[in-house]
Amino acid sequence: MKIDIILCGVGGMGALSSAAIISQAALEMGMYMKQAETHGMAQRGGDVQSHLRLSDKEIASDLIPDGQCDIIISVEPMEALRYLPFLNKEEGWVITNENPFINIPNYPEKEEVLAEVRKVKNSIVFNADKIALDLGNPKGTNMVVLGAASKYLKIDLEKLENAVRSIFGKKGDAVVMANINALRAGREVADKI
Amino acid sequence: MEKLLLLGDEAIAQAAIDAGLSGIFGYPGTPSTEIIEYIQASKEAKQKNIRSSWASNEKTAMEAALGMSYAGKRAMFTCKHVGMNVAADPFMNSAITGVNGGLVYISADDPSMHSSQDEQDSRYYAFWAKIPILEPSNQQEAYDMIHEAFELSEKFRIPVMLRITTRLAHSRAGVVIRQDKREQNQIGIPENPKQFILLPVNARRQYKELLAKQEGLEEASTKSVFNHYYEGENKSIGIIACGLSFNYLMENFTQTKCTYPILKITQYPIPTEMVKKLYQECDSILVLEEGQPLFEEKLKGFLNNGKKIMGRLDGTLSIDGELNPAKVGKALGLKVSEGLPVPELVAPRPPKLCEGCPHADTYRALNEAVADFSKGRVFADIGCYTLGALPPYNAINTTVDMGASITMAKGASEAGFQPAIAVIGDSTFTHSGMTGLLDCVVDNTPVTIIILDNSITAMTGSQKSSATGRIESICEGIGVAKEHIRVITPLKKFHEENVRIMKEEIAYQGVSVIIPRRECLVWLNKKRKEEKQRQKQQE
Ligand SMILES: Cc1ncc(C[n+]2csc(CCOP(=O)(O)OP(=O)(O)O)c2C)c(N)n1
Ligand code: SF4
Repeated sequence: MKIDIILCGVGGMGALSSAAIISQAALEMGMYMKQAETHGMAQRGGDVQSHLRLSDKEIASDLIPDGQCDIIISVEPMEALRYLPFLNKEEGWVITNENPFINIPNYPEKEEVLAEVRKVKNSIVFNADKIALDLGNPKGTNMVVLGAASKYLKIDLEKLENAVRSIFGKKGDAVVMANINALRAGREVADKI
Repeated sequence: MEKLLLLGDEAIAQAAIDAGLSGIFGYPGTPSTEIIEYIQASKEAKQKNIRSSWASNEKTAMEAALGMSYAGKRAMFTCKHVGMNVAADPFMNSAITGVNGGLVYISADDPSMHSSQDEQDSRYYAFWAKIPILEPSNQQEAYDMIHEAFELSEKFRIPVMLRITTRLAHSRAGVVIRQDKREQNQIGIPENPKQFILLPVNARRQYKELLAKQEGLEEASTKSVFNHYYEGENKSIGIIACGLSFNYLMENFTQTKCTYPILKITQYPIPTEMVKKLYQECDSILVLEEGQPLFEEKLKGFLNNGKKIMGRLDGTLSIDGELNPAKVGKALGLKVSEGLPVPELVAPRPPKLCEGCPHADTYRALNEAVADFSKGRVFADIGCYTLGALPPYNAINTTVDMGASITMAKGASEAGFQPAIAVIGDSTFTHSGMTGLLDCVVDNTPVTIIILDNSITAMTGSQKSSATGRIESICEGIGVAKEHIRVITPLKKFHEENVRIMKEEIAYQGVSVIIPRRECLVWLNKKRKEEKQRQKQQE
C-alpha cells in the first residue's frame, strides 16, 4: 500500500499541522514515511506545501513524482490548483475548502477558481470554514478538510483521532475534542457524497 | 531499537550529540538553521553541557569551532551554502592546519533557490581545500555519516564536510538512533606545537602533509560503506548517482528493476577505481548530481574525447535547479507519469511583510523622505526587510550579500551619487555591517545608514540577534557622532516625525545612523506564548 499526499495552503492556515497528524497516525500503523516541507518564509502569507509519502515499503524520493499524488488536501482553493502537476489525473482526489484567502491584488475570480477545481475528475469543494465556524472552532478549517479527506486516505478516522489526542493532548481536553469534532464533521460531508 | 521521526537537520544534530560533540557553532540560514535549534532545545545536550548559542557570523563561528578542535574536543560548524563564502578564509586554512579534536563542517545548499540568492554547490569548496565530503542521500545516512565524519576527521586529522541540500534538510523520516553514546573527548592540545602556526615555513610542510593525506582519503572512499557499486547487465549506460539523486533514480524503479550498473557516491574524494570500472564496462555514462556538475566536469575533462558523458553539461539534465524523479526518469529515456497542468489563472503568492511589521512603517517614512531625489538611492541588505523590494513599498534598489548595503552605499556616495542610503537589519549589521561602517567613519563618507532593530533575526525564524541592546554603543564606539545616531519608533503615529528625522540625517554631509526600533510581531507573539506556557507550568 502506498499513499502520496500533498497538503497545502497559505502560511498560518494549519496545512502543516494536518501533515503532522497524518504522519503520527501512519507512524502508529508502522508505515514508512517521508515528509518534505517548504519552510522559511511561510509566516508572511506565502504558499506552503508538504509532500507526505506513506508506504508499507521503503520510500526512495522525498518528493512525490509528477502525476502520482493520490490526494491533494488544501485549505484554500487556488492553492489546491498549484499542485495539479503532481496529481494522478485518473485516480487522484482534490479535497479543498472553497473560500479564497485573498492577500494578493491579482487573485482570480472565486467562481473561476472553483470551476477549475471541479474540472478535476475527483474533487470535493466545500465550505469548510462555515462548518468550523458553526462548531465554534473558527481555526478548525484544516481539521474539517482533513476529516473529509480521511475517506480517501486509507487511514481509519479513528487512527487520525488518536493522533489528534497524542499531538494536542498537552493543550487539554477541550482542544482535543474541538479538533476531533471538526474531523468528524468534515468526514460527514464526504460520506454524504 | 529506537526510531525517531526527524528532519534531516535534526538527524544530524542528534547524531552529533550521540557522537560526543562538545560544541556547535553557526549563524542561522535556511535550510541549515534547525540543526543548531535542535541542540539548543535538547535536554540531553543541556545535560552534556554542549555549547550551542548563535555566533555573529559564519567566519567567527568556524574559527571558534576550530579553536574547540585545537583544544581536543569534537566540534561542529553549520551554515547555509552562502555562509561558506563568509567563512572561506578559515575554511581554506583549516585544511592546512588540520584538526586536533574531530571537526565537521555542515553546509546546506539550496538548489532551485527556495530561499537564497544563488545555488552554489559547496562540494567545490571541499575539493578546493582538499578535504573529504560526505553527502547523505537520506536521513538515516545523515545520522550515520556524522559518526563516520568525526571518525574520519580524527583519523586523518582533517576537517570533514557534510553537504546536504534543502530536500534532505527539510524532510522528515524515521531514523534509527544508536544506543551506545560516545563520551566527549578530554581536553588536550595538539602533539605538534607548530601545527596551528601557519608561518610560511610551517604552512609549506603542512600543505605537503595535506597532499600526502589524499591517497588515504581516497582509499577510505573506496572502502566506504556509503559508496556502492550495483552491478547491472545492461551496459549501454552506467549511472553515477551522487547523494540525493540516488533516491530520484530509485523512484523510477519501484515497479521494475534497474538493469544499468549504478555507482552510488556519497563519500569523496572520488573513488577513482570504482569510477574506472564503470567507465570501462559501459558504453556511456550518465552523471546525476544535485547542484552543479562537479563530478561531470571532472569525468569529462577539458577535451571530452572519451566515451559519451551525459548530465547537466550536455543538456540531458537542466544545468540549473534541483533534480526530481521526473527529470531523472526522462534523462534515462523512461516514460514518466504526468499530472494536470497548472490552470493559467493561478497567481503567484509571494511572501510579504506581516501585517503591522515595523519594517513597513520604516519604508513608508523612507519613501516619503527620499521622494524629492531621483530614484535608485536605497542600498538594502538581506532579511525580512528585503521584501520592501516588492509592491506596495518598492522601497529598495539593491540586495546582494549580507553587509553589502553599507559598503555599496559608500561606493555610490564616493562616486558622487548623493544622498546614498543603506538599509540593514540588526542581525545583518552585526554579521557583517560593522566593518563597513568603520570604513565610512574613517573616510567620513556622506551616507545615511538605517539599522532596523526588531530585536531578532526574523527572516530565519526568530533567532537571538547579537545586536540586541548594543547597536548605539557599537556605532558610537566605531566613531559615529552621538548626535547623528537617531532612534525612532516605526509606528504610524510617529510618521511625520520619522520623515523629518530621516530628511535631516539625509541632508547631513557625513556618517549618520538611524535606528527604527520596534519588535518583530512574529517574535512578540512567540515570546508571549512562551511566557504564558511558563506561567502555566508554574501554576
Ligand atoms: C552569509 C549568509 N548567511 C546567512 C544568510 C541567511 N539570512 C538571510 S537574512 C538573515 C538575517 C536577517 O536578520 P536581520 O538582519 O535581523 O533582519 P530581519 O529578518 O530580522 O528583518 C539571515 C540569517 C544569508 N543570506 N547569507
Ligand atoms: S517576521 Fe517580523 S520582521 Fe519579518 S515581516 Fe513579520 S513582523 Fe516583520
